[in-house]
Amino acid sequence: MEEQLIDWSRAQFALTAIYHFLFVPLTLGLSFIVAIMETIYVKTGDLKYKEMTRFWMTLFAINFAIGVATGLIMEFEFGTNWANYSWFVGDIFGAPLAVEGILAFFMESTFFAVMFFGWNKVGKKFHLLSTWLVAVGSNLSAFWILVANGWMQFPVGMEFNPDTVRNEMASFWDVALSPVAIAKFLHTIGSGYVIAALFVIGISAWYLLKKREVEFAKKSMIIGSTFGLVVSIFIVVSGDESAHQVAQKQPVKLAAMEGMYDGKEAAGIVAFGILNSNKKLLSDEPTYDFEIEVPYALSILGYHVWDAYVPGLHDLVYGNEERGFESAASKIEKGNKAIAALEAYKAAKESGDTAAQVKNRAVLEKNMEYFGYGHLEKPEDVVPPVALTFYSFHVMVLLGGWFLVLFAAVLYLSTKKDIAQSRFWLKASLYSIPLGWIAAEAGWIVAEVGRQPWAIQDLMPVGVAATDIGTSNVQITFWLFAFLFTALLLAEIKIMLRQIKIGPKGH
Amino acid sequence: MKLIKNVYDFYAQGFKSMTTGKTLWRLIFIKVAVILIVLNYFVYDRSIDTEYENEAQKIEFVHGNLVGKSR
Repeated sequence: MEEQLIDWSRAQFALTAIYHFLFVPLTLGLSFIVAIMETIYVKTGDLKYKEMTRFWMTLFAINFAIGVATGLIMEFEFGTNWANYSWFVGDIFGAPLAVEGILAFFMESTFFAVMFFGWNKVGKKFHLLSTWLVAVGSNLSAFWILVANGWMQFPVGMEFNPDTVRNEMASFWDVALSPVAIAKFLHTIGSGYVIAALFVIGISAWYLLKKREVEFAKKSMIIGSTFGLVVSIFIVVSGDESAHQVAQKQPVKLAAMEGMYDGKEAAGIVAFGILNSNKKLLSDEPTYDFEIEVPYALSILGYHVWDAYVPGLHDLVYGNEERGFESAASKIEKGNKAIAALEAYKAAKESGDTAAQVKNRAVLEKNMEYFGYGHLEKPEDVVPPVALTFYSFHVMVLLGGWFLVLFAAVLYLSTKKDIAQSRFWLKASLYSIPLGWIAAEAGWIVAEVGRQPWAIQDLMPVGVAATDIGTSNVQITFWLFAFLFTALLLAEIKIMLRQIKIGPKGH
Repeated sequence: MKLIKNVYDFYAQGFKSMTTGKTLWRLIFIKVAVILIVLNYFVYDRSIDTEYENEAQKIEFVHGNLVGKSR
């Protein structure tokens, strides 16, 4: 298949996923913040909190309405652009998505109506329950989507059927409760909560800078910064677990995240660094032009042991017998055996040679975990784009650190001092609104670019997953989506800004 | 019957009293129409289900791609 077609297919899916994920995280987080605000209203009976709830609920609805159904495009792409992939994953991918559609989506949409139409028509407590159920339903949707993504990063709970050339689910619970899926879910929803908290304190800060809605804005800032601080700490914990899972299951990704070519014991993390653009595999060039390292941190993060050996790209590509790392060349050889066995199995089946069928099936099963390696041309193909993975990871971590400082400062100033007098922190809150999205998208780039060349880790490279439908077709749809999504985004920003300018009194 | 009428009234009054919601519903209808009609029937009109008539042909197609050398 043409390399250009594969890259355009990649770019098209990345574009739709990135745009879709502009809308999703705000929904995930804002639904909980609104539920917290309404809980305070129901507990205290203070109408200011009702006004607050209704204002943020309207912004939540705008985001929800613009974002809804944008994920459907990705499902279409699976069928047309990724036919081999869609067939190969079988019901493993379909089951979580079906559960998401039936359970979470219906739960969400049923209580959504009560949440918006039910003010003064249903009891306060039932209304509050509906708001919480919308929040839980939105997050449950995210859970099933991330289970599907987690399976692509760490395929478990399935058996490959050579007769149908697709995977069949052996254990639903192994798929649903995979440690990679759980870590991914917690870290991803955490990023959504941070985005929502930044959104709330940023818009509240704008009101304070304009000296409007002062009491409303101050109260919103306390709730937003408290929520943001708690989830930022949670994100550090879930990020630690994510990195631990990556170290165990996708060590090449971890090495790329740190731009680590040579493995070492007691490895540190580069807190800030600039990669040497001339550095390649097996070259003697230094890895960084400049770096500030936190000693031992990578060994602790990846293996929870301060002096653990962290493999570098050289270990993982060329092997390191002493440390027990198999070379990619050896895996390619096993992958080739798996592919040859699948071909021979089919030929034996067609000719009615049962003995050859049994023999080839055994060879296939023995080497199946390396199946995808058989499609790689050379060992170096297992290395993802190092610079993009490295910089995305570091942007995400640095921004995460900034959010912790920001939420702590805003909470302190809102509760102990007068935040309205601190123009620096108000402006910092306002300008930090887009940074939440940048951090979350950077996180997705680490997760997805860092696992290249795989569509399904070790089993199917992207080049095999894609359908040969012609580069120009994919290019046209790429630009069509770019236009469609940009129009939706501009519509959202316009409606949102109009609503913010109207303010809470407009409800 | 009364329950159905109450539910109907609940939604009817809710939709009538919408302000920003009306703009949002217009946007949702346009978007869903583009996605489900234009994209579904004119852009993503080809898939393994439309290209092959039966299971055996689909298996043959994917099998060929799985055993063929790509990259």
